[in-house]
Formats: sequence, structure tokens, C-alpha cells
Amino acid sequence: MEENSIKNQDRLDIEADLENLPVVTDFVEQRVRKLNSSQKEVSQTLIVTEELFANIASYAYGQDTGMATLIVEISRDDNSIEITFIDSGVRYNPLDKEDPDITLKAKERQKGGLGIFFVRKKVDSIIYRYEEGKNILTIEKTFRGNDR
Amino acid sequence: MNITLNKEGKKLTIGLEGRMDAVSAPELEKVIESELSGITELIFDLKKLEYTSSAGLRQFLAAQQIMDDQGEMVVRNANEAVLDIFDETGFTDILDIEQ
Repeated sequence: MEENSIKNQDRLDIEADLENLPVVTDFVEQRVRKLNSSQKEVSQTLIVTEELFANIASYAYGQDTGMATLIVEISRDDNSIEITFIDSGVRYNPLDKEDPDITLKAKERQKGGLGIFFVRKKVDSIIYRYEEGKNILTIEKTFRGNDR
Repeated sequence: MNITLNKEGKKLTIGLEGRMDAVSAPELEKVIESELSGITELIFDLKKLEYTSSAGLRQFLAAQQIMDDQGEMVVRNANEAVLDIFDETGFTDILDIEQ
């Protein structure tokens, strides 16, 4: 089969366990590095990946274990990446989560909610859907790279 | 992530190297829980820290909350990626960040 030279899609199926985080971030990093991305943009993408995978690992299956799927598609034409996170756990739309109050002093700050808050700021689009018992979250990010 | 500790009397410098993520942040949590007693000056040297996720932010917040009661805390040498997440999450306002 001939590979499409412009778009590349890869899939990772992995147990939704936080211990697998390095495997997940490596999988994404290898693909981000094929694009013209700055170190800061690579870091942002890996943080986004972690926050979304950690959400699944922590909440999707309660005390049980289950699988998470990542589908990564890079576009060299657009210098962009699209990552889809899929799990079959409890129905949960992270976009429903209320933003944390980031104007509070250290003492008054809540510990949670910062991850998804940062994700929303650092991606160009984020779409959640629930289909056939699966949570499907897709993010897209376009890179400016180093040649600004 | 590697953590180095340098203690001089009541001053403690914590150096972080690598990536602070949900897997490595608990290591820093242990340090914060066990090493801050009696410390009045806490310095985080982030020169070699590649990035931090929200799991790491929670640890900086925990350290700041402790140091608010017992002294000063300074965060030094953060790179662009780390400064970016501090900025976007309002941590620039609650941490004393020195470059």
C-alpha cells in the first residue's frame, strides 16, 4: 500500500495506566519532531498529551483498568498535528469542567483543574464527542516552528 | 527527572532536571513533605527542567503554601516552556520568579 506523503496517521492502543505515560509521550514526541516545531511547542504538545492521557488513566475506569487509544495524524503541509484520545470508560466531557480561578493567592488556590485549562489554551481546536460508548476527544495544534 | 538538594543552614536549593510529569512529580512531593522543616529560604533552580505539567504545578503550589508561612521562596532560571505554563495558569502572580 502506498503511503500518503502528506498525511501520516499512527495509532497506539495502551492500557490506561499512568505508568504508561512515558510510552504515550514518546509516541507523540516522535511524530511532533517530524514537523517544524520549536522546543516550546514540543513541550506544550507533550503537556497537552499528558493531561489528556492522565485524565483517562485517573478517571475513565474507576478502580478497574481499561484501554486508551491515541490516533496521531501529522500534516506536513499545514505543519500541524491532530491527536485523538479514545476510551471506553465513563462518559466524561472534560470541556464541561469549569475554569479554575487563576487570580487567587497561593493559599486560596485549588489544586485541580489546571491541566485541562492549559490544554484549552495551547491547542487550536478541541472537540469532544461520545459515540458508541466511547469518549472521543480530538485536539489540533499548528506549529509556527523556529523560523518566525 | 533528577532532583538535587543543596542545604546551607536554613537555606535549601532544589535543582530539577528533566521533565516534571505525573510520574515524576510525586518524587518532588516527597521532598517537599520531608525537607522543608525549618527552612526559611527555598530556591528552585529550574535551569535543567525541560517542562512541567499540572502535576508539577501542584507541587510548586504546595511548596509556596508552606513557604508563605515560614519564609521566602524563589523560582530561578525557568526556560521558555516552563515560563509559558506559569504565565498561562496565573502562577506568575503567586510565585516569585527570577531570571
